[in-house]
Amino acid sequence: MTKNKDMTLGDTLRSQGISRRSFLKFCAATASMMAMSPAMIPKIAHALESARRPSVIWLSFQECTGCTESLTRAHSATIESLIFDSISLDYHHTLQAAAGHAAEEAREAAMEENFGKYLLVVDGSIPMGNPGYSTIAGISNYDMLMETAKGAAAVIAVGTCATYGGIPHANPNPTGAVSVGDLIKDKPIINVPGCPPIPVVITGVLTHFLTFGTIPELDHIGRPKVFYGQSIHDRCYRRPFYDKGLFAETFDDEGAKKGWCLYKLGCKGPTTYNACATTKWNNGTSWPIESGHPCLGCSEPDFWDGGGFYKSISIPTENITQTAIYAAAGAAAAGVALGAMNKSKKSSAAAAHNKTTIDDLEK
Amino acid sequence: MSEIDFLSWVRGPGFQIAVIIFIAGVIIRFAEILFLGRKTNLAEAKGSEMSSGLRTIVTRSIPDRSTFKRSTFTVVAGYIFHIGLFVTIFLFAPHILMFKDVIGFGWPSLPTQVVDAFAVVTIIALLAVLGHRMRNTVLKFLTTTEDYIVWLLTILPLITGYIAFHRIGMTPTTLLAIHILSVELLLVAFPFTKLMHAFTVVLARWYNGAISGYRGVES
Repeated sequence: MTKNKDMTLGDTLRSQGISRRSFLKFCAATASMMAMSPAMIPKIAHALESARRPSVIWLSFQECTGCTESLTRAHSATIESLIFDSISLDYHHTLQAAAGHAAEEAREAAMEENFGKYLLVVDGSIPMGNPGYSTIAGISNYDMLMETAKGAAAVIAVGTCATYGGIPHANPNPTGAVSVGDLIKDKPIINVPGCPPIPVVITGVLTHFLTFGTIPELDHIGRPKVFYGQSIHDRCYRRPFYDKGLFAETFDDEGAKKGWCLYKLGCKGPTTYNACATTKWNNGTSWPIESGHPCLGCSEPDFWDGGGFYKSISIPTENITQTAIYAAAGAAAAGVALGAMNKSKKSSAAAAHNKTTIDDLEK
Repeated sequence: MSEIDFLSWVRGPGFQIAVIIFIAGVIIRFAEILFLGRKTNLAEAKGSEMSSGLRTIVTRSIPDRSTFKRSTFTVVAGYIFHIGLFVTIFLFAPHILMFKDVIGFGWPSLPTQVVDAFAVVTIIALLAVLGHRMRNTVLKFLTTTEDYIVWLLTILPLITGYIAFHRIGMTPTTLLAIHILSVELLLVAFPFTKLMHAFTVVLARWYNGAISGYRGVES
């Protein structure tokens, strides 16, 4: 595909053979997904059609590339993936052809050319323990992030590592990993957490940015409310089983086969906010709970340290049985000792007791 | 401290501390009561202590007619909130999971909507008994600060649990952590306040019956 920076998004889509009809369908789907009024559809269409392909710089730090895999590996050429193709992805060290100095030059050139206008996408956390833990072309993650963020119009943190620290940040956090939001305070940041996040969520955020030039409404931890506004538990199709008290006890019992609630198998749905239950994965094929696995809570901060994926959220994380037995044993010993002390106090009091006779009273 | 740290603390060390204080406190208090011993009764026994004691455990749990007439409100509201506490604590699926984890076995749960309804009724009953206590001059005079604290510690887990279940206001993680913390406060206060009656009630009723049984009179 020839990437001409002067082509609008509409031009690019037409050159890809996307009909006006399917383009408008995408706009309508995007509007409904983001809970906008139908009146917004033509505005989205117009904004997208006339948008110059925005320059996007994608930085990958301490990450596993799962986020990139999720966002780029669509099974068929969906319109989302074309939209994604139609941004000017000027730097992405996994996807770009250039390597070494040429790659870094591409980043610097894009920054210079689009200063103040480009979108910065970050996946992966930033190690603060030692700059040498993760470097790109000899530049530490911290230096690269701070330098690139300077001219960014907005920063999109993709994946739980970039948004909240993710796996690198998990206890005991050997690299001193921090999130993008921990370091950048003077730019608008959109957090798109998930391990990995749902592809349509990132295209939705991009569409919003292209249409309105603003960032969508965010929740208290920086996530777009349209996608992270409802808990998995509230939107789960297995919720009626939870309410009826019907649970799968193991992964292969009758309950599991009948598709009952996975709460007892450790499902973090009640404390997790994400769009999986409605948007689903792999072009709407399925999602973890539908395939029989409890939600891990991957779009929430510190989900690795939540006390075990297969332990339900209402049960203690420590071995309380052992604690209780030790406490009981200790207390029984203490109780016996206290009882003995009370008894000896009583008997010494009885021994020290002087009987008062009538003679004493008449003295 | 992040909210997940907060939840991890109340599910981990916080819960451990609360359980240690609760279990140790209850056992020590029981040991103190039992080791006090009883004076040898020199009078001849005119009946069985045990059968009268056991019977009294049951009969004293059912209000007699005159008591019911005199304090209908106290009896009815008292029964409602005690039954409500039993249902919300022991028949809610996530709670049963916790018990199963600690004591090794579980039991069937009630549908969550049923438990939810019980929780609402229990909260109303507890508010009503407080209102009654404040309005009734004699009761108000007899009420100590401890009574108000115990009332608060009892209603807090119900309210925080209700809010956590319906996820009102804060994130579910924080709400769940607050709920567990409120239960831990209750556990810590339990052995050192009148909440101990949950255990001593059986012993006390048995003893009341046993005294009468020994004398050969109806308890």
